[in-house]
Amino acid sequence: MSSPEQWTHPEPREGPAATAAAPTPEQVIAGLRATSEGGPELVQLLTPEGERVPNPEFDPFVADITPAALRALYRDMVLVRRADREGNALQRQGQLGIWVPLLGQEAAQIGAGRALRDTDMVFPSYREHGVAWCRGIDPKDVLGIFRGTDHGSWDSVAKRFHPYTIVIGNQVLNAAGYAMGQRFEGKVGGDDGEATMVFFGDGATSQGDVHEGFVWAAVYDAPLVFFCQNNQWAISEPTERQSRLPLYQRARGYGFPGIRVDGNDVLATLAVARWALAECRHGNGPVLIEAFTYRMDAHTTTDDPTRYRHSDELEAWKLKDPIERVRVNLVRHGDADQDFFDSVQAEADELARDLREFCFAMPQPPVGQIFDHVYAEPSPFVSAQRAEFLAYHDDFAGGDH
Amino acid sequence: MAPETNPGPVQSLTLGKALNLGLRTAMERDPKVIVMGEDVGRLGGVFRITDGLQKDFGEHRVLDTPLAESGIIGTAVGLAVRGFRPVCEIQFDGFIFPGFDQIVSQVAKLHARTHGRVRVPLVIRVPFGGGIGAVEHHSESPESYFAHTAGLKVVSCSNAVDAYWMIQQAIQSDDPVLFFEPKRYYHSGFMKSEVDTSATPDPLFAARVVRRGSTATLVAYGPSVKVALDAATAAEEDGHSLEVIDLRALSPLDLDPVFESVRRTGHLIVVSEAPSESSLTSEIAARVQQECFYSLQAPVLRVTGFDTPYPPAKLEEHFLPDLDRVLDAVDRSLAW
Repeated sequence: MSSPEQWTHPEPREGPAATAAAPTPEQVIAGLRATSEGGPELVQLLTPEGERVPNPEFDPFVADITPAALRALYRDMVLVRRADREGNALQRQGQLGIWVPLLGQEAAQIGAGRALRDTDMVFPSYREHGVAWCRGIDPKDVLGIFRGTDHGSWDSVAKRFHPYTIVIGNQVLNAAGYAMGQRFEGKVGGDDGEATMVFFGDGATSQGDVHEGFVWAAVYDAPLVFFCQNNQWAISEPTERQSRLPLYQRARGYGFPGIRVDGNDVLATLAVARWALAECRHGNGPVLIEAFTYRMDAHTTTDDPTRYRHSDELEAWKLKDPIERVRVNLVRHGDADQDFFDSVQAEADELARDLREFCFAMPQPPVGQIFDHVYAEPSPFVSAQRAEFLAYHDDFAGGDH
Repeated sequence: MAPETNPGPVQSLTLGKALNLGLRTAMERDPKVIVMGEDVGRLGGVFRITDGLQKDFGEHRVLDTPLAESGIIGTAVGLAVRGFRPVCEIQFDGFIFPGFDQIVSQVAKLHARTHGRVRVPLVIRVPFGGGIGAVEHHSESPESYFAHTAGLKVVSCSNAVDAYWMIQQAIQSDDPVLFFEPKRYYHSGFMKSEVDTSATPDPLFAARVVRRGSTATLVAYGPSVKVALDAATAAEEDGHSLEVIDLRALSPLDLDPVFESVRRTGHLIVVSEAPSESSLTSEIAARVQQECFYSLQAPVLRVTGFDTPYPPAKLEEHFLPDLDRVLDAVDRSLAW
């Protein structure tokens, strides 16, 4: 059976490209299967059964991951999942207008997030609650976006974690520009170099801004890691609707390396992300990482995945759970006892309780906030509008309004 | 570094050369100012506005970018977040739309989204307007789209002196500024002015009365200012004294001088090349009727481009507001 590369990258003397580019039904099936199963080039260090797979190329990048460090990654993932489930529950109880779940993508986000240094910059999409966690951002600071009190309250400059970007793909160009700036300032070219990482999904790879981001980062040698979480679904559209070939292979066309990692394997993701960041720090960027993972829950709480995907697919991915494989590995090697797992669970429940109490107590934002920070140097027009509306609004003070 | 040796504080410059000198001055003053766009480096821009800048400031401060407008704006946002002050050139007005998403979704909103923590001191230069006999997409006036968008500031220069100062002020502004340049006058010898680089400029966001009058008020900006001034000169022969106001700032609008003028004249004609529907000229008409209702002797009239796509070049003289259409509107207003 043909591999997908044979019809997307016809070899010389195999006939005209137009002929070679028209796949047979068998080739299409082969291509889709390669896309949905990860394919032979998937970098994996921990199998779904928790077995460590040796990998001479990437093992050095996680040589420092002691049992204690692996326990810390486990804890990250459990806490982030617990906060995510609490967010989902808070939406169901009417406390949040919407929630964007990350369930299933914990390893991709913690692996990438823990590969970053404080001096690196991050441009997230809107599902990166796990990366936010790694940047030291309290889950409470994310909550306002979904409760509708603000657009995110973390300090994106101090935390080097840009605001969530909701327009699909916009942040990829913004990240490319930031990384260009790192290069222009001479912060690239050694072990202590800076890098930028930008997060986007499989759906975003169809956006012009993502393609332009690839072009710009490439021609300016920007220290940018494109971190694509391929969670298989862009709301209802499968990755096959975005691409004929595995997404990581797109990098080749832009002139930089692309790599596919098991996004449900926190160790492999950490290793690959560290490798990619190191390449960027040393001036060999950009790099595309396709983290092959799965959106276990809906796109958002407004979505109903039962309308477009089969439950057996979900069941199959449950067997590849990112947390479970680390737990099994820790147990198998005697690197964690039941007390550890109990304490992490207790900590997770406490985090959720704290988040829940915070959410319930979040105040209604003041109406004047509508007019805040529209400009750095205020506009007289907006200032007048604010004064007029506040005077009108204050007329109702003490009344039912 | 300067093109001429020690030219002194007063130079006779075309609008295009004044912009070039303004850009050069801003780049000399602040190493964080960078210029980026298509063909702005080696070529000096298709209109030569950035001529010589790459030679003097290098490829990392004057960037010949890939050919993608969303890329220009989107990467400029990232550079601004990093602390740079990018000046982007959009080659022609009608090519800004691939960058529209980045301008509206990111450039305009980042400051508010981040509670004021992130500033986007971006300048987007747009050669705009018609009258150059060009093909489609090269003669448009898209300024109202941007004036409509909260978070953006929009200005337009009409002469060399303003061009020199306003581009520097726009670059110094901590807000994103859309900077509309009347491309048809870039190299017009008759628009040459004595630019005193040692003078104190007017504030950026301030309209200016450019001709005093008492019979009626003409309001214009960018390339239409010259049309209004020519109309005022012609109207003098008919005994009409027309006041002409150059708006300069399109968002936020500085309408106090307009209100003051209309309260004296009772007649207002607004001139713009842009189509009239839901535009800056509609905004001005609405606000003037609100502020000057009892002073108006006639409805606010508008002389604008038509609500059509910009026509082929052989028809553009009929599309663009000209002296006769402005005088016709003045007559109609005075006869109301």
